[in-house]
Amino acid sequence: MKLTLHVWRQKNASDQGRMETISADGVSPDMSFLEMLDLVNDRLEKEGVEPIAFDHDCREGICGMCSLMINGVAHGPEAGTTACQLHMRSFQDGDSIHIEPWRSRAFPVIRDLIVDRASFERIQHAGGYVSVNCGGAPDGNAVPISKIEADLAMDAAACIGCGACVASCPNGSAMLFVAAKVAQFAHLPQGQPERKKRVQAMVATMDAEGFGACSNHYECEAVCPKDIPVKFIGELNREYLRTACGD
Amino acid sequence: MKTQTTIGAKTVMAVTGVFLLLFVLGHMVGNLQYFAGEETLNAYAEMLQGLGPLLWIIRLSLLAIFLAHVISATTVVRRNRAARPVAYACKENLTSTFASRTMLMSGLIVGAFVIYHLLHFTVVLDANLAAIKHPEGGALDVYGMVTAAFSHGPTTLIYVIANILLALHCSHGVQSALQTFGLRSEKCAACQRLTSHAIGALILLGNLAVPLSIHFCNCRA
Ligand code: FES
Repeated sequence: MKLTLHVWRQKNASDQGRMETISADGVSPDMSFLEMLDLVNDRLEKEGVEPIAFDHDCREGICGMCSLMINGVAHGPEAGTTACQLHMRSFQDGDSIHIEPWRSRAFPVIRDLIVDRASFERIQHAGGYVSVNCGGAPDGNAVPISKIEADLAMDAAACIGCGACVASCPNGSAMLFVAAKVAQFAHLPQGQPERKKRVQAMVATMDAEGFGACSNHYECEAVCPKDIPVKFIGELNREYLRTACGD
Repeated sequence: MKTQTTIGAKTVMAVTGVFLLLFVLGHMVGNLQYFAGEETLNAYAEMLQGLGPLLWIIRLSLLAIFLAHVISATTVVRRNRAARPVAYACKENLTSTFASRTMLMSGLIVGAFVIYHLLHFTVVLDANLAAIKHPEGGALDVYGMVTAAFSHGPTTLIYVIANILLALHCSHGVQSALQTFGLRSEKCAACQRLTSHAIGALILLGNLAVPLSIHFCNCRA
C-alpha cells in the first residue's frame, strides 16, 4: 500500500506547529497503524529527518497510551478499537490519512502527536481510589456483591484513560472518563465510605483542569475503545447532585 | 450546590429549561383557542389580564427563569469554548446532531425572537395593531389583532423561522435535561430521543397552526 499522511508536527510545547505531508510506501495491510508509523519513522531517520513522535506502550489495547486522531476520529475508523489495534486493512491503497494529536486545553501538546495527560492523573488522585486497611487478605466472597452490580462496576472499570472521549467531544469534556472512574467504585461496597467525597473532588478537579461540560452529543461513546456507555454520565450527574446538596 | 461547576451549571440549565418548556406548552395551548373562535380567545385574554398582581408575579418569575437559563448557558459555553483552544484540521461528527451542535445559535435567535414577540403582541409597538387590540370604547380584541398580524407575509415568516429553531432547541433540550438529571436509561434511550423529537414537533405544529392557517386560508370566516 502507498499512503499519503498529513501529520501534525510540533517541536515542543511552545512551538506553533503545522501539518506536514509525508508519504508512506510499502505498507502492508497486516501492519497495525503504529507499525505503519514505525516504518515511516525508519525511513525518516535514514534520511536524517526527525521521526514522528507518538505515544504508545502496550500495543495491545490495554494501556491507553496510544492517542491519535485519525481522519478526524479518535483512534480511527474501527469502533471499540485503540489506534494500536487498528490495522492498515481498514484503509485503501492510495488513501490520504490525517493524523493529529488530541486537542484539549487540559492535554497540551508536548511534541508532534504526544500530549500531556497528567490532568487525568490529577483527577484520579483527587478521588479515584479506595482506602483499604492493611492486614491479611479478606476471605473470598466474604462481601457478597450481586452479579448486576459487579458487571456494572466492571463495565465502568474497562476505561483505560486514553482520553479519546475528551479528544472527540466538541466541548473537550472529560465527563465520560470521570463518570467511569466514579461509577466503578459507586457500584462496589469497597467504594462506599468515600463515595460522596470522591464524586465531589473528582468533578471539582475536572473543572479546575479546564475540561468542558457535556452537552450530550455522545461523540465520546462513539469513539471509546472500551465502549463505555454514556449512561455512566447520567449516573455521575446523579451521584454529584445527590451529594451536592448542602454545599 | 455550586452553580459554577460543570454539572451545577448544567443542572440550572436543565431545571430552568423544564419550566420554560412548560411555559411554551401552556402558551401554545392558550393560543390554539384561536380556533375555538373570537369569543373564546378574547375571553381567555381577558382572564389573563384580570389576574392583576398574579400576572406580574408570573411574568417576573418567567423572566428570572429565562435569565438563569441564559446565564448558566453562558457559563457552560464559555467553559466549553476555552476547553478546545486549538481546532482540529480534520474532525468527523459521529453522533452529534444538527440540533445538538446549534443549541447556542438556536437559543440566541429564539431569545431575540421572544423580545420581538413581546414587543409585537404584549407591548404592541405597531399603532395599527394597538388600535385593533383596544378598539375605542370596545373590549380587548386579541383575536382581531392576531388575525391582522399574520395576514402580513414577512411577520408570518419570522414566526415560522423562530418556531423551527425553538422546536430544534427543545428536541435536543428535552433529552439533554433527562441525562443531566440522571434519568436517561440505556434501555429507554431510543424512546426518550423519540419523545424529545415528538415534543419538538408538537411545539412546531402547535405554534405554527395559528399563523399559517391565517396566512394561507384566512380562517376568519
Ligand atoms: S498502546 Fe496501549 S492501548 Fe494502544
